[in-house]
Amino acid sequence: MEIGAYSFGDTPLNPDGSPRSTAEGIRNLFDAIVVADRAGLDYFGIGEHHTVSMPASSPGAVIAAAAAATSQIILGSAASIISTDDPVRVFQQLATADAISGGGRVEITAGRGSSVETFPLFGYDLADYDRLYAEKLDLLMTINNSPTETVSWSGTVRPTLDELAVVPRPFAGRLPIWLATGGNAASSARAGKLGLPVSYGIIGGEPHRFKPLTELYRRSAAQAGHTEGVDAENIKVSVATFGLVAPTKQEALDRFYPGWHNLNVEMGRLRGWGAPDRRQYLAQSHAPGAYYVGDPDDVAERIVHLHGYLGHMRHFLQGDLGGLPHEHLLESLTLLATEVKPRVARLLAAK
Amino acid sequence: MVTTIGILGAGRVGSAIARTALEAGYALHIAGSGPAADIQLIVDIVTPGAVAMTAAEVAATSDLVVLAVPMHKFRSVDPATLAGRLVLDTMNYWQPIDGQLDEFAGDPRGSSEVVAEYFAGARLVKTLNHIGYHDLETDARPAGADDRHALAIAGDADAASVVAEVIERFGFDAVYAGPLEAGVAFEPGSPVFGGRHTAAELTAELELAARETEAA
Repeated sequence: MEIGAYSFGDTPLNPDGSPRSTAEGIRNLFDAIVVADRAGLDYFGIGEHHTVSMPASSPGAVIAAAAAATSQIILGSAASIISTDDPVRVFQQLATADAISGGGRVEITAGRGSSVETFPLFGYDLADYDRLYAEKLDLLMTINNSPTETVSWSGTVRPTLDELAVVPRPFAGRLPIWLATGGNAASSARAGKLGLPVSYGIIGGEPHRFKPLTELYRRSAAQAGHTEGVDAENIKVSVATFGLVAPTKQEALDRFYPGWHNLNVEMGRLRGWGAPDRRQYLAQSHAPGAYYVGDPDDVAERIVHLHGYLGHMRHFLQGDLGGLPHEHLLESLTLLATEVKPRVARLLAAK
Repeated sequence: MVTTIGILGAGRVGSAIARTALEAGYALHIAGSGPAADIQLIVDIVTPGAVAMTAAEVAATSDLVVLAVPMHKFRSVDPATLAGRLVLDTMNYWQPIDGQLDEFAGDPRGSSEVVAEYFAGARLVKTLNHIGYHDLETDARPAGADDRHALAIAGDADAASVVAEVIERFGFDAVYAGPLEAGVAFEPGSPVFGGRHTAAELTAELELAARETEAA
């Protein structure tokens, strides 16, 4: 099981709660990835977001910088909002980072994003939501699967590519492309049908209830013939959840709560829900809830419990939100790599 | 009395309501946006026990039809198929999710009143919109349980009382808020939306909202 982290960038806060600079949020993200690499974490995902509190708008740029500064960690977008970006550019940026990394450490996760701020930002019409995603995913896969530099593609959401070079090519020929979903059944079926690995973002409820979706994914892949031969290794599941590790459960709960509260106040204002409820936070932070906030034993046990349902091969946590103090993120990343990962390996081996 | 529930929309909300209804012992018909075959595998695995159909078939064969499509797509449902039917509107207008939809943003009425105008002829009731789809499955409790939550219903009183029975069987206390106009009190931005309330707490919130409306 791979253990990792992901972040949308987290703009730090002043003691009075006002935001510091978004640039500082990006610099902290970069530093965190370097620390995670040194500590031995398996994966770091950078999710495209376009808000003052979460400023990681350009995963490709962060990943390229991190590729040069790290030696072993897998780096991926988590996710790239391909509906409102140009898949040619997304591919080029990540393939460039792959080249800088020395090859084989860079992945793309394609998603649509759960909010729609990229539509006005990049001049797209929300009425085209489904068509943009379907066609751009097809283009991204066409480029990635191309045996040569030269690519041809035509569709309705972007000008035709008529035998044009898209460079650089990744070292390994292709980049791993994952499909991100928050639990819509049709997305799981789509990932299986396309033979792409699937990444579940589980931000609430009880994660083990995603079991039917992973079954749907695997059955859809089997029906489309993707579970035999070389394709089979692509049929795999990763899980992204909130989570923070600290030396004790109580410390983890106390550290994560203020940021969670800030995020929910901000989201509540946007989406019209009420004040965050600490009881709900505490319920979600204990099994079988969706927040993997705890000491190394607790978090490892809950990841392994979920593995019994979903059979995922990678679990990665977002801890830096709502202005989490940077040192708490760094300690969590270190504990994930040095304490949680070996426990997960031991518990899985004992099963 | 409702024995068969039909759901239009096989996404996260539709699937969660389908599983809740099946758990409560209802027969369940469900449709996506296309032919039944498109969602057959999804239905078999994600909502086992439900029957996949076209939207028109679901509308024709169900005692209660649940609208669980994204708000910006509600006009994809043919209003003729819902004429005379009991319809439950779970949808919300969420600008950050749906983008700016002028017909809602520019209308002082609640979203269900706008939707009801389009489905003229349907008996439309608003509920299940103010609870998260995750919570629907985890928070259901038997009648009388201390930690049972309440859900608000707005619509014509007769139609609402039929739906109230369904909500009770789903595992929640049903609280009648009044006619469809009263649904504004549990839309996004209201204190009720997304919160957890007992029946007494919800009743108090709805009464407060009604008094504020009267005063305005």
